[in-house]
Amino acid sequence: MKFSLDWLKVFLDTDASAGEISAALNKIGIEVEGLEDPAEGLTGFRVAEVLTAAPHPNADKLQVLTVSTGEGEPLQVVCGAPNARAGMKGVFGMSGAIVPANGMELRKTAIRGVESNGMMCSTRELQLGDDHEGIIELPADAPVGASFADYRGTSPVFDVAITPNRPDCMGVEGIARDLAAAGLGRFKPYRVEPVAGSFPCPVEIRTDDPEGCPAFYGRVIRGVSNGASPEWMQQRLLSAGQRPISALVDITNYLMLAFGRPAHAYDLAQLKGAVVARRAKDGEQVLALNEKTYTLDSSMTVIADDSGVHDIAGIMGGEHSGVSDATTDVLLEIAYFDPERIGATGRKLGLASDARTRFERGVDPAFLDEGLDLLTALILKICGGEASELVRAGSPPSTPTVIEYDPGLAERLGGIAISEEEQLRTLEALEFRVSPDWRVTAPLRRHDIEGPADIVEEVVRIHGLDRVDRVPLPRTDGVARPTATPEQATERKLRRAAAARGLNEAITWSFISEKEAEAVDGAAWVLENPISEELKVMRPSLLPGLLSAVRRNLDRGASSVRLFEIGRRYLADGEHPTLVCVLAGEREARSWQGGKAKPFDAFDAKALTLYLLETAGAPVDRLQVMGEAGRVYHPGQSATLRLGPKNQLASFGMIHPGTLKAFDIDGPVAALGIHLDAIPPKKGTPSFARAPYAPPALQPVVRDFAFLVDVALPAGDLQRAVRGADKAEIAEARIFDDFRGTGVPEGKKSLAIEVTLQPGEKSYTDSDLKIISERIVAAAAKLGAELRG
Amino acid sequence: MDDQRISETLAAIDAAADVDAVEAIRIAALGKQGWISLALKSLGAMASEERTKAAPAIQAAREKIANALAEKKAALDDAALEASLASETLDLTLPASEVPKGSVHPVSQVMDELAEIFADMGFAVATGPEIEDDWHNFTALNMPESHPARAMHDTFYFPQQEGVDHRMLLRTHTSPVQVRTMVSQGAPLRIIAPGRVYRSDSDATHTPMFHQVEGLVIDRGIHLGHLKWTLETFLKAFFEREDIVLRLRPSYFPFTEPSVEADVGFALENGRRVLGGSGDEPGHGWMELLGSGMVNRRVIEMSGLDPDEWQGFAFGVGVDRLAMLKYGMDDLRAFFDGDVRWLRHYGFSPFDQPTLSAGVGARA
Repeated sequence: MKFSLDWLKVFLDTDASAGEISAALNKIGIEVEGLEDPAEGLTGFRVAEVLTAAPHPNADKLQVLTVSTGEGEPLQVVCGAPNARAGMKGVFGMSGAIVPANGMELRKTAIRGVESNGMMCSTRELQLGDDHEGIIELPADAPVGASFADYRGTSPVFDVAITPNRPDCMGVEGIARDLAAAGLGRFKPYRVEPVAGSFPCPVEIRTDDPEGCPAFYGRVIRGVSNGASPEWMQQRLLSAGQRPISALVDITNYLMLAFGRPAHAYDLAQLKGAVVARRAKDGEQVLALNEKTYTLDSSMTVIADDSGVHDIAGIMGGEHSGVSDATTDVLLEIAYFDPERIGATGRKLGLASDARTRFERGVDPAFLDEGLDLLTALILKICGGEASELVRAGSPPSTPTVIEYDPGLAERLGGIAISEEEQLRTLEALEFRVSPDWRVTAPLRRHDIEGPADIVEEVVRIHGLDRVDRVPLPRTDGVARPTATPEQATERKLRRAAAARGLNEAITWSFISEKEAEAVDGAAWVLENPISEELKVMRPSLLPGLLSAVRRNLDRGASSVRLFEIGRRYLADGEHPTLVCVLAGEREARSWQGGKAKPFDAFDAKALTLYLLETAGAPVDRLQVMGEAGRVYHPGQSATLRLGPKNQLASFGMIHPGTLKAFDIDGPVAALGIHLDAIPPKKGTPSFARAPYAPPALQPVVRDFAFLVDVALPAGDLQRAVRGADKAEIAEARIFDDFRGTGVPEGKKSLAIEVTLQPGEKSYTDSDLKIISERIVAAAAKLGAELRG
Repeated sequence: MDDQRISETLAAIDAAADVDAVEAIRIAALGKQGWISLALKSLGAMASEERTKAAPAIQAAREKIANALAEKKAALDDAALEASLASETLDLTLPASEVPKGSVHPVSQVMDELAEIFADMGFAVATGPEIEDDWHNFTALNMPESHPARAMHDTFYFPQQEGVDHRMLLRTHTSPVQVRTMVSQGAPLRIIAPGRVYRSDSDATHTPMFHQVEGLVIDRGIHLGHLKWTLETFLKAFFEREDIVLRLRPSYFPFTEPSVEADVGFALENGRRVLGGSGDEPGHGWMELLGSGMVNRRVIEMSGLDPDEWQGFAFGVGVDRLAMLKYGMDDLRAFFDGDVRWLRHYGFSPFDQPTLSAGVGARA
C-alpha cells in the first residue's frame, strides 16, 4: 500500500522526517518496502516564463521560444507543443536535468538547425499524469526561477506491507493512529457532521441474507455532476498508485485508501426496484467492472435489484450499474459483509480486488454511519446534488472482545517489563478501553485481538521489540548431549560414505512427470494442481529424477557422471527414505596406462551397494543375492539383496535399455537403490565395547580348488556351500576364476575358489587338511560340482 | 706364504670385470683345491712348532682375500643393480590415474551444520511427512479453512479422497512438525525440523520445492527474550561472525502471537550481500531472513498441551537461503538440477563434517 507524507499528515500532526517515520513504521510492525521522494526526480526542473514565441524557420509544427529561468540571459528553446505561447508560465528542464519519463539527459542541441537549450515539459514527461497534448501551464503567479518540486510541493511516498491481521491499517488514517501511539505525533481523526437528508430515500434497501450481509446502509444523492475530482484528491490517489477516473469513482476510492473502507456508488438510472443483499442463484451471471463475466452460486452474497445482480458483494461492482460521466443520481452503498463469506467467494471465483482484501480481513463495523457521512459530504462538495435520508438495513456486529488481562504477562511472555502506566497509555492510544481491574475492551475494528497474548503484542510492539533483552535458554549441566536418532546418524554417515567413494550428491524434485513415473511402475500420488506436467506426480522412486539429471549432464558433455541422492519415495503406504546411486559414462577415462575408456558395469554397482550397506550397519554377510530387481533394470544384469525372501534391502545392476530410451540416454547406466527403512536396526542398545578379539597366533593356510559345475549354477551358491563346509576351520572362500571353453565340457564351467583356513591352537597336520578338503569337495558335490583333476 | 701370489690375487680381484671372474678367483684361491685351502691343509702335516709359525700368515692371507672377494662382489652387485634401475626409469610427469572426487550437496551440508549448532543448545532433530493433511498443515496451526493466510500459501493439493475428512496436500512449511512433535513427545521440548517444503510458485528466486528448518522450544517461562537470544546465537554461530545484527519487527503469523520477523544487517561488497553490521550503517541494508514468534495458545492447545502451563517460541527459515548467503550461490534453481559441474564446485568434501571444535562452516 502506498501513500504520501502529505496525506499522512492529514491524520497525523508531526514534525518527524520521512526517514524517522519509516523507521517507526518498521518498528511497530508496518513493514516499509519502499520510500520514494519524487522531488529527487525533479532536480533541474524550474518554473519558467515564455517571453517570446516565433515560428521555426525550418519546421511548420515547431516554435522557437525565449524562456526566462529567473537568472542569467533568457534561453532559446525549440518547442513542439501547440499551447506554447508568449507570456505563459510552465516547467522548464535545464541542461543536465534527467527527464523522469525516459531517463534522457537534457543537453544543448540543435533542432532543425536552430539552437535549443533545455525543454519545456508535459505532465507525462515528468510522470505527473498522462497528458501529452501540450506543455504544463502554471498559474500566472508562479514564481519564475523556483524549483518546480518546491513549487508543486512534492511529498515522499511510503510503500508499506500491511500484515493480514491489520485491515484497520489498510487506510492512511489507521496508520496514523498506530504512529501516534508510538509517539510520532498527535493523531487527528477526520470526521464530518452527519448530513441530514432532505428527502426520503427513493429506493428500498434490504438485506435478505443477514449472515452474508448483516448490515447494508445507503442513501441516494440526486443532481450530481460527475466530472474530474479535485487536484488534491488526484494527487493523493496518484501517490497511492490509483489512477484518477471520475469524481464519483475517485471519492469511493479515496474513502477506501484513506479510511480502509470500501463503498460502492450505483448509477440510480440503471437500477430497477428494491436493491437487496441476497444469495446468488446457482448459475446466475454478472458482468463485473473488470469486463469479465462471473457465474455465481448460492453460497455467494450479491447486491441485486429486480433486473439482476449488480455487485459481487464486497468484491467487485457490476459493469452495468457503475457510474459514468452521464450519471446524475447515485445510490451509495456502505455495507458490512461476513469476512469468511467474502474470502470463500473470492477464492471460488479466483477474483482479487482491493475491496475483497479489506472485507475478507474485516473492515471496521463501527464505521458505517461515519463512512457514509464522509462519502456524502465529499460528493456534495465536489459533485453537488442533494442527499436523501439515510437508510439502514440490518446492523453490523457490535459486541466487542473483552479480555481479562494481567499486565505482568508483558514480561512473562514478551520478556520485557513495561510499567502499567505505559501499557495503559499505549492501549488507550490505540483506542482500547481499559477498566481499573484490567478488563481490556478492543475496538471493533481490531478483529485480530482474541486473547491476552494479543494485548502483549500491542504493548510490546509499541514499546519496541529492540528493547527486549536477550536471555539465554537454560542449559543442562555438562557438554551437549547427542541428539541424532539412529536413522539420522545412518543417513549422515551414508551421505559422506557415498561422497567419499567419488559420488556427487544431487537433490532432485520430489515431483516428476507421469511419463517418468510410468517407467518405474507408476505414481501413487498425483497432484490436483501441479505447476506443470513435468512436476505432476510424487516420485515412487528416485531413479527418474537422477536419470534425467544424467541425461542433462551427458548432453552438456560430461564424460563420467556419478550421482547419488538420499530422499523419500512416496508410495501409497507412506514416505520411505531411500538412497539411489547412478553411474554413467566412463568409470575410467582412456589413459596411457589402460588404453581405452572403461564403462561402468553391474559389479561396480554391486561393490558400491555392499559398501554402502555395510556402512549403514546392514548384516552384509547374511544377505542373499536374488532376482526381481524390477523392470527398470536389465533382466540379466541386475539383482536384489535380501535378508530372507521378503525383506529386500537393495537392488542394483544395469538399467534396462528400454528405460534408458525412455529417458533419452545413450550408453549404459549402472544404478543401485537402497531402502534405508528396510535395514534392520541393531538389537538392544549397542555398547561402545567391541566383541573380544585377539589375532590368531598361527598363519592362515590357503588352498585352491577348481570345480566343474553346470553353467547355470550361480557362483554364489558354490561359494556359500564351500564356505559352510567346515565352519570352524574355513575363514573365507573366494571365487577367483570363472572359465568356459577349451578343456571344459559343453554346458559346464570351471569355477576356481580360494579357501582360507585359519588354524586355532595348533597347526594343521596333513590328515587335518585332507579331511577339510574332503568336506569341501563333498559340500560342492551336493551342487553337482566335480573337482577338476 | 707367497706374498707375491697374494698381491697378484688381490690385484686380480680388483681388476675382475664381473661376478664370474670374481668367482673363478675365489675357486682358485679358496675353493677345495684352491692354493690357500691347500696351504691350510698342509698345516696338518707340519710339526706343531712349525705350524705355529706358519698358520697366522696363511690365516691372514685367507682373510684378506676373502674380504677382498666379498667387497668386490658387493661392488659389482651394486653396479649391476644401479645399471638395472637405470633401465627402469619412469616419466613421472605422466598423469596418475584419477580418483573421482565426490561431494556433499550444500543443502545437506547446511542441515548438518544446523544440527550441530542446535545440538549444542539442546535441540534434537525432528521430522514429519511431506504429504500432509490440511489439519496439521493449517487447522492445527490456527489457520481454519476460511483463513486468508491459507490462500496465500500457494498450496499443492491432492484430489479429495472419498470418505476422508482431511484433505491431503504437500506441506507448505515445516511448521506441522511442531504440532506432530508436541503431540507425540509432549513438553518440554527443543527441536529443529529441517526438510523439503512445497509452494506452487516458480520464478528466479522461488522454486516449487525448497527447504526450510523449523525451530521450536516449549517449556515453562519461555519468552521473547529467549527467542531473541536463540536467533542471534544461532546466526552468529552459523555465519561464524560476531557482528551479526538482528532487527526484530512485529509481524503476523497465525500460529504465533506475538509474531516477530527478523531482519539481518548486511553490507554490499562487490555487489554481493555480506552479512554483518547494522543495516542502518552507510552502505548497509536490512534483509528479511526469518519468521518467528511465541507459539499461539491455540496451537499448543490443539497439540494436546495445557497453554497455561507451557509456552514457547517457534521460528522458520529457508535452508537454501542460508546456504546461498553463507556460501555465495546466487541461483536457487541450480540447487535441484544435478549438474555435476555445479555440484563439484559448490559441494563439500565428505571430510568437511561440521563439528564445533573445527568450526561448523567449511571455508573455501
